[in-house]
Amino acid sequence: MADVLTVDDLNVTFALHEAEVHAVRDLSFTLREGETLAVVGESGSGKSQAFLAIMGLLARNGRGSGRAMFNGVNLLELRPEKLDLYRGKDVAMIFQDPMTSLNPSLKIKKQLAEVLIRHKGADKTSAVRAAVSMLERVGIPEPAKRANAYPHELSGGMRQRVMIAMALLCEPKVLIADEPTTALDVTVQAQMLELFKSLTDDFGTALVMITHDLGVVAGLADRMMVMYGGRAVEKGPVDDLFYDPRHPYTFGLLHSTPHVGARTQRLMPIEGLPPSLEHLPKGCAFNPRCRFRMEQCLVERPPLVGERGGRARACFYEGKLAYEEVEA
Amino acid sequence: MSAEILLSVEGLKKTFAVSSGLFGRALTLTALEDITFSVTEGETLGIVGESGCGKSTLGRCILQLLAPDTGKVVWLGNDLTKVPAEEMRRHRRDLQIIFQDPLASLNPRMTVGDIIVDPLRTLMPELSATERRARVLRMMEAVGLLPEMINRYPHEFSGGQAQRIGIARALITEPKLIVCDEPVSALDVSIQAQILNLLSELKDEFGLTLVFISHDLSVVRHVSDRIMVLYLGRIVELAAGDVLYQAPRHPYTQTLLSAVPIPDPVKARARTIEALTGEIPSPINPPSGCTFRTRCRYARDICAEIRPPLTNATGDHQIACHRWEQIAGLID
Repeated sequence: MADVLTVDDLNVTFALHEAEVHAVRDLSFTLREGETLAVVGESGSGKSQAFLAIMGLLARNGRGSGRAMFNGVNLLELRPEKLDLYRGKDVAMIFQDPMTSLNPSLKIKKQLAEVLIRHKGADKTSAVRAAVSMLERVGIPEPAKRANAYPHELSGGMRQRVMIAMALLCEPKVLIADEPTTALDVTVQAQMLELFKSLTDDFGTALVMITHDLGVVAGLADRMMVMYGGRAVEKGPVDDLFYDPRHPYTFGLLHSTPHVGARTQRLMPIEGLPPSLEHLPKGCAFNPRCRFRMEQCLVERPPLVGERGGRARACFYEGKLAYEEVEA
Repeated sequence: MSAEILLSVEGLKKTFAVSSGLFGRALTLTALEDITFSVTEGETLGIVGESGCGKSTLGRCILQLLAPDTGKVVWLGNDLTKVPAEEMRRHRRDLQIIFQDPLASLNPRMTVGDIIVDPLRTLMPELSATERRARVLRMMEAVGLLPEMINRYPHEFSGGQAQRIGIARALITEPKLIVCDEPVSALDVSIQAQILNLLSELKDEFGLTLVFISHDLSVVRHVSDRIMVLYLGRIVELAAGDVLYQAPRHPYTQTLLSAVPIPDPVKARARTIEALTGEIPSPINPPSGCTFRTRCRYARDICAEIRPPLTNATGDHQIACHRWEQIAGLID
């Protein structure tokens, strides 16, 4: 599969009153045609900011640097009017709360048609027709009727479908979904995940799924990237990371997740709190919470080591990751 | 161990008046109807369902934070819907609640110590200031807060720590029963596990009984002994956790469980999701008969005509479905 998006040394900083805060550091990854890459991490891990930077959607005090190559162009260096040639057309993004992304005062069909009129130069009639057929494609019943509705007249699941329809109108090569199902009920979430699966299969869209939910990752993603304190700490194929995690943070996340299939007596949580980006610990950012911490981890930051397209991790610990190893 | 019934809810109904638009007619939204169940001492009863199913309203009705229209909430032999305010205050020591959004449920202008001690001031005024402070420190230790945090303000805490404050406040009167309303839904995964483990330790340490409300079926499965499934304000199934998850009988429960994401790639790929068609009907104008029938693939005429009562199927397994035996293949 061809690479559609290649990111190298992405850094995101925010200028605060006195200091500069690093939200994302030295992030590199590739995204291949038709694959689903899950980006996993907790609040403050930088997972959303990394992709907002690529989309040119950072808050005004934020700045992204490095390379995000799409079609031979570095998206991070484009001025907004140039970026608009790609944004929403070739690279689209959807968010957790569709209500904040839809214009409440415009009918659905108008918002959708505008995308085609703007990016494809379509005329109004054909744009509306294409919009209605896309609504049908994403599973909205009575699409012609719903197209005439305002966003508040639709349920949360329907609004999220409208967002997806809007993002897909120009058949983007890359779709970035930031916690797209977190606010939805479980049965609606299941419908949305099925929809995402068929999109990558049918359109060949490369999907980036930003999420904290390992259940969503397991059912959908081909590869995953785990982030902590602004950096990638482990990357690789989903099965490898789930069944043989090699970073203590990935390992800890997996053991913190309750499993509907089995009632385990006790979860093994990761102790402590996620770090503040303003005061990242010295050495490995995860070291204060790590059960496998060694002297070296306090002073030196482990580099991300591995193959670019395969597995990689940033950890010095060479032993087996298991709870009895530390307790013994 | 004898299982004493602490709480029983009988025939509870709760409606809200809503109006449609500025000059619209007054409409009635039925949030809960025909709710009957009991909670025995020491157990954790999980309540699951999707948005709008009435699970939070039920939690509030149990605590009399909302007054039910009809029905009883019997706490240790006393019907709380009938007891005078003075007596209710006495019962409030025994009945506490933990809320979903820890920061929103803590007064930002009060210190941690003041927040935790507050229920004692109103509910147990007989305690001396020294006794109160000792209790606060004891509870802070029990939930994993350091004594020096007592003079800090809520905004200085992360979500997980704020939830610890909320839990200490709920524990301070040494209650018998705590309603936990989505207590970990706003927390990161690693912190969620910390709080779930804490609740289970505290339950053992203080001999608590929990009513655990959540939309997250994996979390409910993890903590609950018995589980109640609500759909559009009615109980559709109630059973021991293992029974419910291994052999769900109500078509809605089956769909709900099949939709839960499984954090295991091989299993996740192997299973089929029973897609639910359509959307949840409006509680202002619910379907006749079984409220789930409009989305149920097993629905027949009878389901539109008669509301299926919640009946004992086997042992303690209760199901509200006319056709569960056919669906389970037990009869033709």
